[in-house]
Amino acid sequence: MQTEIGEDILGTAAQWVAQGESVAIATVVETWGSSPRPAGSRLAVSASGRLAGSVSGGCIEGAVADAAKQTMQSGTPQLLDFGISDERAWEVGLACGGKLKVFVERLS
Amino acid sequence: MTPALLKRLQAAQAEKRPVALLTRLSDGAQALWPEDAAPAPALEEAARAALRDDAAASITLPDGSAWFVHPHNPALRLIIVGAVHIAQALVPMAQTTGFAVTVVDPRRAWATADRFPGIVLIHDWTDDAVAALAPDSRTAVVTLTHDPKLDDPALDIALRSPAFYIGALGSRRTHAKRVARLTEMGHDAAAIGRIAAPVGLNIEAVTAPEIALSILAEVVAARRGAALGQRAAPQMAA
Repeated sequence: MQTEIGEDILGTAAQWVAQGESVAIATVVETWGSSPRPAGSRLAVSASGRLAGSVSGGCIEGAVADAAKQTMQSGTPQLLDFGISDERAWEVGLACGGKLKVFVERLS
Repeated sequence: MTPALLKRLQAAQAEKRPVALLTRLSDGAQALWPEDAAPAPALEEAARAALRDDAAASITLPDGSAWFVHPHNPALRLIIVGAVHIAQALVPMAQTTGFAVTVVDPRRAWATADRFPGIVLIHDWTDDAVAALAPDSRTAVVTLTHDPKLDDPALDIALRSPAFYIGALGSRRTHAKRVARLTEMGHDAAAIGRIAAPVGLNIEAVTAPEIALSILAEVVAARRGAALGQRAAPQMAA
């Protein structure tokens, strides 16, 4: 049959849901400067801690995963801001000098 | 995102229909255009532009609401003519990179499910096969048979298509002869100049996987408009 697309993050997320996991999807919605992943890049996070895809070069995935777990519980989407002006971003190590916004939503 | 919307998005991708996911960032409300009507004319315009440019966009409507416009185009396609050793290396690399891959080779001993598990294999003659696949501007065509009677008919059809990349395996001398043949078939220098030959970036590739890597790198460079994807004008055959 037709071949799979290389990175089917949503397909992976759907499989996790089918296995009974809570899942949230994080999507890069805006970038400025030297952000490593373009708008539209996705990271799927499961309640058990599984990750698929990425929203940065790896520097903010931890913080996004924490926010994802909140959203899984509350059901309320979040719009996260990462950048030089953001103290938290430095804490989580967005050292590349880029800025980005990440939208986090529950898959439910 | 609701599971129902995810299913619709996956169905559109499986059926190769371009769709744009529209998300209101304040509350996560979503629509899948064009199956769902765009909630505002500006969103419909943004969805069209995002699909055309294959680039996501954030927009703010006159009412102050912020939306994310996320295009989901069908996968880029790679048509490989020649079920050869290099093709066996190229197929998984191209799939990982996000290409939907089809292998064309009328030689059934080469194009076997054993050598290409899970891949669409077409055994028709190469011109008929490539014509039926109808390369569009999101398609790359690479000929690897090294046999003019198989490569040339495929190139003849590819050159009449808007394929964004056309590459042909073979040395400079082989290509000079190919240029002469394609000229006889009625292709002018500008058309023949579209063919990347010898195929792939010059990374002094030796092994089949290395050659596959050089080919895929040049396909990506062409797709992304990188300088490495631009070839100098080809030499005409003597």
